[in-house]
Amino acid sequence: MSAVLEVIDLSKAFDGVQAVRNVSFSVPAGELIALIGPNGAGKTTCFNLINGQLVPDAGVVRLDGKRIDGLPPRQIAHKGVSRTFQVAATFASMTVRENVELALLAHARRDGVLFERRPAAWHDRADALLARTGIGALANIHCATLAYSDVKRVELALALANEPALLLMDEPTAGMAHSMRSELMRLAVDLARGDRLAVLFTEHDMDVVFGFADRVIVLDRGSIIAEGTPDAVRANAQVQAVYLGPDEGA
Amino acid sequence: MTLASLTIQLLNGLASSSALFLVAAGLTLIFGVTRIVNFAHGSLYMLGAYLAYSIGATFAALLGPGPFAFWGGALLAALCVAAIGALIEALLLKRLYDAPELLQLTATFGVVLIVRDAVLALWGPEDLLGPRAPGLSGTLQILDRAVPQYDLFLIFVGPLVLIALTWLITRTRFGVVVRAASENRTLTSALGIDQGKLYTAVFALGAFLAGLAGALQLPREPANLGMDLATVADAFVVTVVGGLGSIPGAFLAALLIGFAKALCIALGTVTVGDFTFAFPKLTLVAEFVVMAIVLALRPHGLLGTSPAMSPTTPLPEHRAIVVAPTRRDRRVAIAVFVVFALLPFVNDDYALVLAIDVLIATLFAASLQFLTGTGGMTSFGHAAYFGVGSYAAALAIKHGVPFAGALALAPLAAFVAALVFGWFCVRLAGVYLAMLTLAFAQIVWSIAFQWDSVTGGSNGIVGVWPGEWFADRRSFFALTLVTVGVAYAAIVAIANGPFGHALRGARDSPLRAAAIGIDVRNRQWQGFMLAGAFAGVAGALFAFSKGSISPETLAIPRSIDVLVMVLLGGLNALFGPLIGAAAFTWLQDTLARVTEYWRAFVGAGILILVLAFPQGLGALGRRLRRR
Ligand SMILES: Nc1ncnc2c1ncn2[C@@H]1O[C@H](COP(=O)(O)OP(=O)(O)OP(=O)(O)O)[C@@H](O)[C@H]1O
Ligand SMILES: [Mg+2]
Repeated sequence: MSAVLEVIDLSKAFDGVQAVRNVSFSVPAGELIALIGPNGAGKTTCFNLINGQLVPDAGVVRLDGKRIDGLPPRQIAHKGVSRTFQVAATFASMTVRENVELALLAHARRDGVLFERRPAAWHDRADALLARTGIGALANIHCATLAYSDVKRVELALALANEPALLLMDEPTAGMAHSMRSELMRLAVDLARGDRLAVLFTEHDMDVVFGFADRVIVLDRGSIIAEGTPDAVRANAQVQAVYLGPDEGA
Repeated sequence: MTLASLTIQLLNGLASSSALFLVAAGLTLIFGVTRIVNFAHGSLYMLGAYLAYSIGATFAALLGPGPFAFWGGALLAALCVAAIGALIEALLLKRLYDAPELLQLTATFGVVLIVRDAVLALWGPEDLLGPRAPGLSGTLQILDRAVPQYDLFLIFVGPLVLIALTWLITRTRFGVVVRAASENRTLTSALGIDQGKLYTAVFALGAFLAGLAGALQLPREPANLGMDLATVADAFVVTVVGGLGSIPGAFLAALLIGFAKALCIALGTVTVGDFTFAFPKLTLVAEFVVMAIVLALRPHGLLGTSPAMSPTTPLPEHRAIVVAPTRRDRRVAIAVFVVFALLPFVNDDYALVLAIDVLIATLFAASLQFLTGTGGMTSFGHAAYFGVGSYAAALAIKHGVPFAGALALAPLAAFVAALVFGWFCVRLAGVYLAMLTLAFAQIVWSIAFQWDSVTGGSNGIVGVWPGEWFADRRSFFALTLVTVGVAYAAIVAIANGPFGHALRGARDSPLRAAAIGIDVRNRQWQGFMLAGAFAGVAGALFAFSKGSISPETLAIPRSIDVLVMVLLGGLNALFGPLIGAAAFTWLQDTLARVTEYWRAFVGAGILILVLAFPQGLGALGRRLRRR
């Protein structure tokens, strides 16, 4: 079957720094792909290029076969790409339920409605999503007062409100306790297998990467240096060198 | 239009742009180093003009008129203004460098109010024309026209100052430090530079330039009390067009705008078919058109870098939680409404008049709270939409439109004004946005002031009375109460509905808003229009309650009044606009009966509040609640 996301020869430079160089990969429906690499490798930049936050210098991004590169983030969101941010971004002044409601409204293109006649219907839909992501108990709490690990889970709920075909998660488990990490990743697996989402995530915790990813792509200084199953990538000498340093890796 | 008239007007435009450049260069220099946009920069310019007048006159009386009295007076005036600037920086701004920018701007506006009343008290309300410059009082024949020598002199002042500033910044140690501070604030402290002294010095230099510009302008334009806001608005346009932080950009922009205005005047009155355009009336519009074109093509101005250079410090209130209205809130609202509704039965005409003022101010404040609180867009020119509403209603009545129609037309007109201006404003953020809103408001004010044949000029429009039904004060009160009540309820409902949440979401996190598919810019634009329309309703009620309007209805101080009301009441508080409007109106009423300088007291009040609560009045509210 064809991939949900197809990235071809993507490149992006920031005055002099080649953050992403000729990167190509694809993410099929139902799979979890990990994009890993040391700090500054270009992972977040890749995400920004895919969801439209940045415009690529060169290359093509296709979603279900149709080009999306160059479109603004909101249009890409409506086409079915959702994301979480490395530094979690939610609406701090609103409750968790209001956050998710707003995402649902935006997805239904009803975020411009001045007066909503039946707010209860949106409550119910939001609560269903909160239950699914395991944060139903937080519904009435304002995001400004949440613990960071909970904010990250709210982000995931926001991302799912969009009924995405592709889910991008930038370090989803950073700042979380160990048990919570596995719980969150199991949800991601469930979304991929059950809802046939294509999931692309970055992660520094190797237990998470090798425990949950179907395939792993390794970036270093903007270029892909390895790609394959977790076992193959783990055995790759170049990857070991990048992660452990040339001396120890040898 | 002849070549001669065009040339003369261009020379005239060049002469004017010199003064404008001096002011804008100071403004941009101060911003570059301290990251504060000094709204009081026009006030420093005004002080320069008045001081030059008095010092020059004193010198002339002591030593006889002559070059020394004039030039010495101008220079000393500029130095005095520099000292005043240093004082303002040391006493006020130094305490505010870490404060949210909305409060910094508001504080410098407090200075505007105080300086204006101080000038009024010291020099009186009359315009003061200075003497001609000795040695340059004649004219020169250019293309058979007489051009004042002084204008030709001024034309050279601009480039000279540009060269001097460029030399100062590129060739001196002071310049190295200034550049380092503009580019990287942490670097300067790492270099062991005394930041406090540097900031004071830069502020004094900027103030000197403004004071010098004012002093040099004196032979061309009498010192007057309107100079401050007119100048700062012009300087804002120049800095936004040139690019905030860029001195050469300010120079280019001042030239561009000077030329555009000159061209308008030179074109004179042109008749095309049945239409007659009087271009000289359009000089303000010309400024606007230049800005519109530049900003549409280059949002950061001609030579500006990206607005990322102006990191915004949001108010803590913009990060605080907002609780949706509860049942209890609704009961309180109904109780307040009932109390107001009982007022006509208390036989006190004065109370009724005051209550009408409070209600109108409440709606006005609620519309700004929606824009600035919910929408996160700081407006220093919200009175423009209030004023457009009141002028629209007044003009409609004058042209025979029935009362109901006039009342309906007001929000429509304000909506359209907000549609045009908002388009530009939502493309900018933070201080840029604040500067632009003020500049637009000043343009609207000038149009109301200058377009005699339509707006009645400085006299305004009189005889704006509601129809027979509401001629009686009590029935007009009832109309006001119902209109304000319904509009307030609508604003609250919108703020807590899908649109309001989208707007607040865009304020909380534009990144997240876009990522879930919200069209951030469009929502903000629509929010701007809505806020404008509601302000227009308030403006119409105002016109009918007073029976007359004048340009003062939409002047900048009114924009600041309403901003103070919103800050007093809280940016997110449900009843904030009501509380802020009531407190402010009562205070103003009380002060105005004691002193004609009540605005200075408002200014001093702003300064005290900002200095006491540099993180916003929300802090005060939280502290009181904790007790
Ligand atoms: N907006 C930007 N402007 C300039 N340079 C940038 C920008 N965003 C990223 N970079 C640079 O691009 C390179 C890649 O950054 P990126 O954030 O994509 O790395 P990353 O793999 O996500 O790293 P980390 O694991 O630390 O999150 C870095 O050198 C970074 O400094
Ligand atoms: Mg990253």
